[in-house]
Amino acid sequence: MARVVVDVMPKPEILDPQGKAVQGALPRLGFEGITDVRQGKRFELELEGELTSDRLEQVHAIAETLLSNPVIEDFVVSPGSTTGSTTGSMTGSTTGSRSEVPR
Amino acid sequence: MRIGVVTFPGSLDDVDAQRAVTYAGAEPVALWHRDHDLRGVDAVVLPGGFSYGDYLRAGAISRFSPVMTEVVDAAEKGMPVLGICNGFQILCESHLLPGALIRNDHRRFACLDQRLRIENNETAWTNEYDPGVEVTIVLKNGEGGYIADEATLDMLEAEGRVVARYLGENPNGSLRAIAGVSNARGNVVGLMPHPEHAIDRLCGPGTDGLGFFGSAVKALANA
Repeated sequence: MARVVVDVMPKPEILDPQGKAVQGALPRLGFEGITDVRQGKRFELELEGELTSDRLEQVHAIAETLLSNPVIEDFVVSPGSTTGSTTGSMTGSTTGSRSEVPR
Repeated sequence: MRIGVVTFPGSLDDVDAQRAVTYAGAEPVALWHRDHDLRGVDAVVLPGGFSYGDYLRAGAISRFSPVMTEVVDAAEKGMPVLGICNGFQILCESHLLPGALIRNDHRRFACLDQRLRIENNETAWTNEYDPGVEVTIVLKNGEGGYIADEATLDMLEAEGRVVARYLGENPNGSLRAIAGVSNARGNVVGLMPHPEHAIDRLCGPGTDGLGFFGSAVKALANA
């Protein structure tokens, strides 16, 4: 089993009303100094077998075809932790191993 | 003349669209999202609503439903296809139309009788309107902001593919106040406002919307 993470974000030049709504709520809650919030989506894909370059290319195609709309969104494919890491401690391991696959 | 109306899980305005087809003098044919079959119709309407609950992105899942394979194929061969609201979103996700629709810039759901100008009366769905005519049609959307990059917007303007434009205050942040666009051939039109809700004075702001359906009937009669 291999896990691949796909992060989808609205393109920088595209207005993100959801992010703006979140940002607008922060001062009301007493959180000051946050100058911008942008909201995206995170997909965690579990793959059969080893993570080969072919499989990674397939995930890239999935991200481009379905998970994101290239007109308004960018995406980053990040190979996650591989076999054995079924403890659910994903959040700890992704930040260090994030690598961008060129589009 | 038979005009199909697709029902997806979460479609809301399919029955109203069928009624509008009847008012325009054609026979409405119910089409089902899971069928690889257009049942021999002459044109297709993708109605408004929240197909597949707007999961992922509005229209993103519907695009891959079996019936859409047939719709895309028929549209590319010249069949008139009108996408209303969620239907417009599906047409953009299907790449039958350029651009995309994002959440309204003011973050509120918009529901009003909207004034529009018909900018192009040469499409399969607008040929009954006088050029530049102003009409009032119901608008109701949460994700109706039309966006595309500058080059695409310039191309749409230059080729006369902006079919309708909002008049007065921009109701959803659409770039260049675009309410509807067409493909290059003019057989595929996407429209954010709902002409099917403006066909009868009893329950709408008038009958200005009827022309969209009458136009398709006329286009098919002349084909």
